[in-house]
Amino acid sequence: MLRVETLSIRFRRSASPRPAVSGVSFSVGAGQSVALVGESGSGKTLTCRSILGILPRGAEVCGGSVRFGCKKAGEVDLLTLSRSGLRAIRGSQISMIFQEPMSALSPLHTIGAQTAEVLRLHGNASRSQARAECLAMFERVGFPDPERAYRSYPFQLSGGLRQRAMIAMAMVGRPRLLIADEPTTALDVTLQAQVLALIKTLQAETGMAVLMVTHDLGVVANMADAVVVLRAGRVMESGACADVLGRPLHGYTRKLMAAAPMIPDYPEVAPEAAVSPTDAATATAPVDAILEFHGVAKTFERGASRVRALAGIDLRVRRGETLAIVGESGSGKTTLARLAMLADRPDPGARILFRPAAGAEAVDLSAQPPDALLDYRRRAQMVFQDPYASLSPRMTVGSIIGEPLTIHGVCDADERHRRVRALMARVGLDPAWATRYPHAFSGGQRQRIGIARALALDPMLLICDEPTSALDVSVQAQVLDLLESIKERLGLSLMFISHDLAVVARLADRVVVMRAGQVVEQAPPAVLFSAPVHPYTQALIAASPEPDVNRPIDIRKVALGAGAPDLWPAAFRPTPDGPPPLVEVAPGHFVRRAA
Amino acid sequence: MSETRPKPQGQRPQDWPHYVDPEPWSPDDDALPASRLDPGASAARLMLTRFLRHRLAVLAALFLGFSYLSLPFVNFLVPHGANERDVEHLYAPPQAIHLFHEGRFLGPFVYPTTGRADLREYRWRYESDTTRPLPLRFLCPGEPYRFLGLVEARLRLVCPPPGGSLHLLGTDRLGRDVLSRLAIGAQLSLTVGLLGIAVSFTIGVTLGGLAGYLGGWVDAGVQRLSEILKSLPELPLWLALSAAVPAHWSPVTVFLCISVILGLLDWPSLARAVRSRFLALREEDFIMAAELMGASPARIIRRHLLPNFASHLLASATLSIPAMILGETALSFLGLGLRPPATSWGVMLNDAQNLMAVETYPWISAPMIPVILVVLSFNFLGDGLRDALDPYHDQ
Repeated sequence: MLRVETLSIRFRRSASPRPAVSGVSFSVGAGQSVALVGESGSGKTLTCRSILGILPRGAEVCGGSVRFGCKKAGEVDLLTLSRSGLRAIRGSQISMIFQEPMSALSPLHTIGAQTAEVLRLHGNASRSQARAECLAMFERVGFPDPERAYRSYPFQLSGGLRQRAMIAMAMVGRPRLLIADEPTTALDVTLQAQVLALIKTLQAETGMAVLMVTHDLGVVANMADAVVVLRAGRVMESGACADVLGRPLHGYTRKLMAAAPMIPDYPEVAPEAAVSPTDAATATAPVDAILEFHGVAKTFERGASRVRALAGIDLRVRRGETLAIVGESGSGKTTLARLAMLADRPDPGARILFRPAAGAEAVDLSAQPPDALLDYRRRAQMVFQDPYASLSPRMTVGSIIGEPLTIHGVCDADERHRRVRALMARVGLDPAWATRYPHAFSGGQRQRIGIARALALDPMLLICDEPTSALDVSVQAQVLDLLESIKERLGLSLMFISHDLAVVARLADRVVVMRAGQVVEQAPPAVLFSAPVHPYTQALIAASPEPDVNRPIDIRKVALGAGAPDLWPAAFRPTPDGPPPLVEVAPGHFVRRAA
Repeated sequence: MSETRPKPQGQRPQDWPHYVDPEPWSPDDDALPASRLDPGASAARLMLTRFLRHRLAVLAALFLGFSYLSLPFVNFLVPHGANERDVEHLYAPPQAIHLFHEGRFLGPFVYPTTGRADLREYRWRYESDTTRPLPLRFLCPGEPYRFLGLVEARLRLVCPPPGGSLHLLGTDRLGRDVLSRLAIGAQLSLTVGLLGIAVSFTIGVTLGGLAGYLGGWVDAGVQRLSEILKSLPELPLWLALSAAVPAHWSPVTVFLCISVILGLLDWPSLARAVRSRFLALREEDFIMAAELMGASPARIIRRHLLPNFASHLLASATLSIPAMILGETALSFLGLGLRPPATSWGVMLNDAQNLMAVETYPWISAPMIPVILVVLSFNFLGDGLRDALDPYHDQ
């Protein structure tokens, strides 16, 4: 139905002679789903945008054809089609789902009006017919109250519902081909699982073809019949999903597969046996915690409304361990990181204790005036999520890394210079690059710069707020390796915050799962991933897509655990007096449930 | 590379051959450079490169640079003094410089003109005597002036020939050379913008910075104050303030007062720009990173905030200079700004208030041309600067 042949796209003002997309060929048959996979800069989005003629400014097609089998006109080349011809196809025969539902929906129109517009534009429905069809579509994509959704504005919907609205809008014209450009990248894993399942169901019902663009091999394995692996604008490998993912032949595909974070298979062990001797020992001996949270809560006030971001957090970061905090958006994990860095103050009554050395007197940080925190700032450092925003564009890399040394007046300029070079070498950057500016570095390299800066003062505690979520998979793996080796070598304690269980699985000594400002489960990874107790943890684990066609997402488990708490088994539901307590079901394994 | 190589496969009679890119590949070759920008270039360098791509802005910058650099030497460059009268030539029309006389190359010369009063139409008529070429003199002594206001000098680049006149843009009611006055008037008209912007910049950056950094009631106070100032009708306010300048003050004092008045009324927009930039920057991760490193507020402002918005300030300042120049021109045009014998474009245009005179002697409204050119140039320059500010996003 859709045949892309030797498609090449280049940027007009580009300095390099190499086109952004060169000679890409693939085809999508009716009812099939094909995935374009690649890292950033691979040309996957350009390829799918060229199909609908919505290339960004400055990009132009310089070869190839995109043949689409129309119902009426027979086969047409979308690249040479007139504007009006293209308009007739857009929305009715080919439609698109965008990555960011908030910016793809008009904030000034109701969801219903925007969806009905598709039908009205193509002139095949009266006003009331269009409305009826939209309502039916809203019901199909899973809106609990289609009438209300019809009247809602995008800002009134949650992220998941917005993406459903987007899908409804794309589907309502009954397209024969749906192009989905990273449809779930902006969503939490549990939502991602549900949206993917929805697309799949709709595809089965209507028999449409799906062309999906993604960076995630796990999504590919769950969704696609066939896959095209792109790198730097070229097809590296393509074929049936089971072939490419099951027996990758190209080195790049293998590398991608190896880098994809996966929850390892832990043997189902009895909970008692999973507790390592050290855990058992620490259970009896007093724990040497470098950072302790006692009854930490945080409430944000916005005008009259109060948002409780964290409630009753009791946590310990032990000296030398990696404590991973996992949760979806809104779980309070970033608030926790900010509190740990004392960027925000907890609500009164909370205590955050810092113990500089084993057996030393603990300092209550939350009670300290800002000036007295300087000592803590030397010992605890943060690695930020966005490697682009966290480096000042006006400073050279050398002065960025050396800044903590300057601020604390640790050493003179020569010594600082020497230390910066050593730090750069340690994180795998060429020390000669110290005079360059951040724009010269890729995302992964920038994150290394951020890590080098965090290490400059020889900290004891490193707080990493989603340090890899903005990076490509292969780069993510490298950065995680770096963090792991640094932690081992320098004996750091790590507080690692992430939304991705698979990332956490390889690093953490203990994992804390948070939901809606509370800890729901806490255990060493071996226990957590082999025998999760809380339905929410089970949903999180089930929702992680894996690049293996034989292990699809268990959507029922996801829907159960990630839904409202009243779907959970009785023991886990909050009671009228509040949430159930955190119970130690096995040594070192805590679950929020009725005892 | 486009042809798909069918791979023999038994178990799946599918229409999906397993294609593998035949070209050699090693895991080490890094796919893409991080950026097409020069890795060693500082932000300022990148901005400059980008600014140079904006042709109109570069042209404007060259024009303005030339204008400002020539200000100290204006008296040397022009043939007449600002208040030097040529009573033989009142309202004389622009005069041409010729090179050839009766087919013979003579070098630059003018023909002498003589005026007579046309009493029927009640205006001056000038006729040139095309038989008598008078060569121009160069690097010659002329009317004395004070070079840089310090040294008495007489040397001029070009002087009218003995017995002739040199009025390239004509003369005004009193027989003063329009071109010379234009150039000398530029000294005041162009600097009033800079002085005014210095005043409004100081106030705007201080108040805007305080509002952005402190927030709370300081912010609210500054915001309300600037709203009040913005809501006052501009022209009557200027008028009232300039009318308060005593008439007997010297032209220089009046000039300073006018600049300060213009500056005092212009700061709100600048303060807003500073405040919003401040607020936006404070949310950036790298500011937070510096705070968490333990950097003091002073260091954050100096090392992180200022370098990141200095360029924005420069652009907004550039864009508000034209308003100052126009303000001075408007005030002087109305007779409330600079007063004769000070010379500025506005003062010159004051003479052009009489519609009859403009109709008969159109060259007396010539100062409009430099006003338009300078204002446009500042706008182009400001636009170019603003576009160059963010060198990391390439469209």
